[in-house]
Amino acid sequence: MKRLPPRVSASLGQLGSILVTLFGLLILTFVIGRMMPVDPVRAMVGEEATKEVYETVYRQLGLDRPMWEQFFIYLWDVLRLDFGTSIRTGQPVLQDILHVLPATIELATFAIIFGAGIGVPLGVLAAVNKDKLADHIIRVFSLMGHSMPIFWTGMIGLLMFYAGLGWVGGSGRMSQFYIGLVPERTNFLLIDSALAGEWEVFRSAINHIVLPASLLGYSSSAYITRMTRSFMLDQLNQEYITTARVKGLSRRRTVWGHAFGNIRVQLVTIVALAYGALLEGAVLIETVFAWPGFGQYLTSNLLIGDMNAVMTCVLIVGLIFVGLNLLSDLLYRVFDPRTR
Amino acid sequence: MNQSPILDVQNLTVHYGGAPAPSVQDVSFQLGRERLGIVGESGSGKSTVGRALMRLLPSARVTADRMQFEDVDLLGASERKMLAVRGARMSMILQDPKFSLNPIRRCGDQVAEAYRTHVRASKAEARAKAIAMLDAVQIREPERVYDLYPHEVSGGMGQRIMIAMMLLTSPDLVIADEPTSALDVTVRLQVLKILDDLVREQGIGLIMISHDLNLVRNFCDRVLIMYAGRVVEALNAADLDKAQHPYTRGLLAAQPRIGGSRQPLPVLARDPSWTQPQGAAL
Repeated sequence: MKRLPPRVSASLGQLGSILVTLFGLLILTFVIGRMMPVDPVRAMVGEEATKEVYETVYRQLGLDRPMWEQFFIYLWDVLRLDFGTSIRTGQPVLQDILHVLPATIELATFAIIFGAGIGVPLGVLAAVNKDKLADHIIRVFSLMGHSMPIFWTGMIGLLMFYAGLGWVGGSGRMSQFYIGLVPERTNFLLIDSALAGEWEVFRSAINHIVLPASLLGYSSSAYITRMTRSFMLDQLNQEYITTARVKGLSRRRTVWGHAFGNIRVQLVTIVALAYGALLEGAVLIETVFAWPGFGQYLTSNLLIGDMNAVMTCVLIVGLIFVGLNLLSDLLYRVFDPRTR
Repeated sequence: MNQSPILDVQNLTVHYGGAPAPSVQDVSFQLGRERLGIVGESGSGKSTVGRALMRLLPSARVTADRMQFEDVDLLGASERKMLAVRGARMSMILQDPKFSLNPIRRCGDQVAEAYRTHVRASKAEARAKAIAMLDAVQIREPERVYDLYPHEVSGGMGQRIMIAMMLLTSPDLVIADEPTSALDVTVRLQVLKILDDLVREQGIGLIMISHDLNLVRNFCDRVLIMYAGRVVEALNAADLDKAQHPYTRGLLAAQPRIGGSRQPLPVLARDPSWTQPQGAAL
């Protein structure tokens, strides 16, 4: 048999492992769907329904069939992008997701840009000034970000910057006044309003996203700062740093020109994971800011046992993490010549 | 010794923060355009001397009565001044190219960077300089090696790249900190020979820091023997056999010799009194 070139076979291997992961993910969501202490039939027909109605729905849902058959039905549905209907909203789950996910992606993306934007430089600064005043201040600052509950900072933030100073918009994705003004194309409000040329809506959306995104970003910057600091300290102890200094490079050029390049790989990984966590776990801030996002959708469906929606959400969270891992794998190869 | 020394060190003492005793104490020596070996066991403070001269010990307290490098007072010089000295007039070859080269940058670029840090030059110019220097350290196909990453070259090649990087700017003083300890025995002599030839050719003052007495004896003009942070003896390399100090004698006696006696080598005895200051001034 002819050998494949190493790069191709590596890519194939990666593709294979992704497929296996996805299959495992589907099994997991299916099992979660069956094991939840919720009776899906009861959730649909209600407490008052007669036995006959219950039985009919039970059969309609295919719950009388063997487990493996149910799984393949589920698999087939997922492949056709048919995720069923949500009991709570009465709409196809897919349609719901297409509404809530972009809202969260918008929020999380701004948050991670903010979080990495302050977390990485602060971490580097703390490492370079280890055990000095700047290091201590940065550590306290990031510890605060880590330990203040986000629903609390959210409310304080609203009180200060919205009610008090009036610098930012309040809750929701935009002012009530603009709702329904912009045609929904991608459901990313910033993109939609820009496409429609509605710059006032765009401004309102920016105004509304700034506060929750920076609060979320602050809380995830705490983690990013700490990790950056320790990655950086690790690199600054390496011998090639001495080489750079011996060559006559200043501390600043040594740190940014030599050490920083070597922590990019690790940084990409933790920033990607922090981003994933923001996508799935922004429930609290979404609640405080009445942000119609993914976290809220998942939580409210979970609480009433809306299984179709919950299973789909779990699947999407899994997909997000698989995707982010894939992305950081790819960036590894860009940033580190040893992995090529 | 030669006329005006390149380096004049009087009573150099280095105390790391938190350490009970100084790592280096009252070390004095002068260096002309010659090759000085500093020999000692691990922890004797020999590497610390090198780093103190480069002022690369931010967390340590460095004191001396005098630490003069040509026209630069190394004790009082500002960091800005030191940036102009390091890499241009004084440089240092580190031990293991596996760690001392930045793993994610091309070898040649790292060599060229040493040039561009001190000389205003275009990228192409620096590249040409670096390739010429790689050629001078006897790397075949320097153009190809220029584009390799450190993990793609062997240890001997990596150390030659290191030497190229540190000699590219024609410094007056090079500190070689165990330059061949990490290399295979087979390439050790070859690399040393390259270093030695360049040092002689360019008239560079060399401080060779090593734990290997034989190596220092063959490649240096003078030898300082360090023990527990102090210089216990200073000799011309040729006079090493006439060493007086019991530590030096012990080191020499512990060297195996081809054709020598098959008896077990003597164990190196240590005497606490060696760590006390003594009259043997330099």
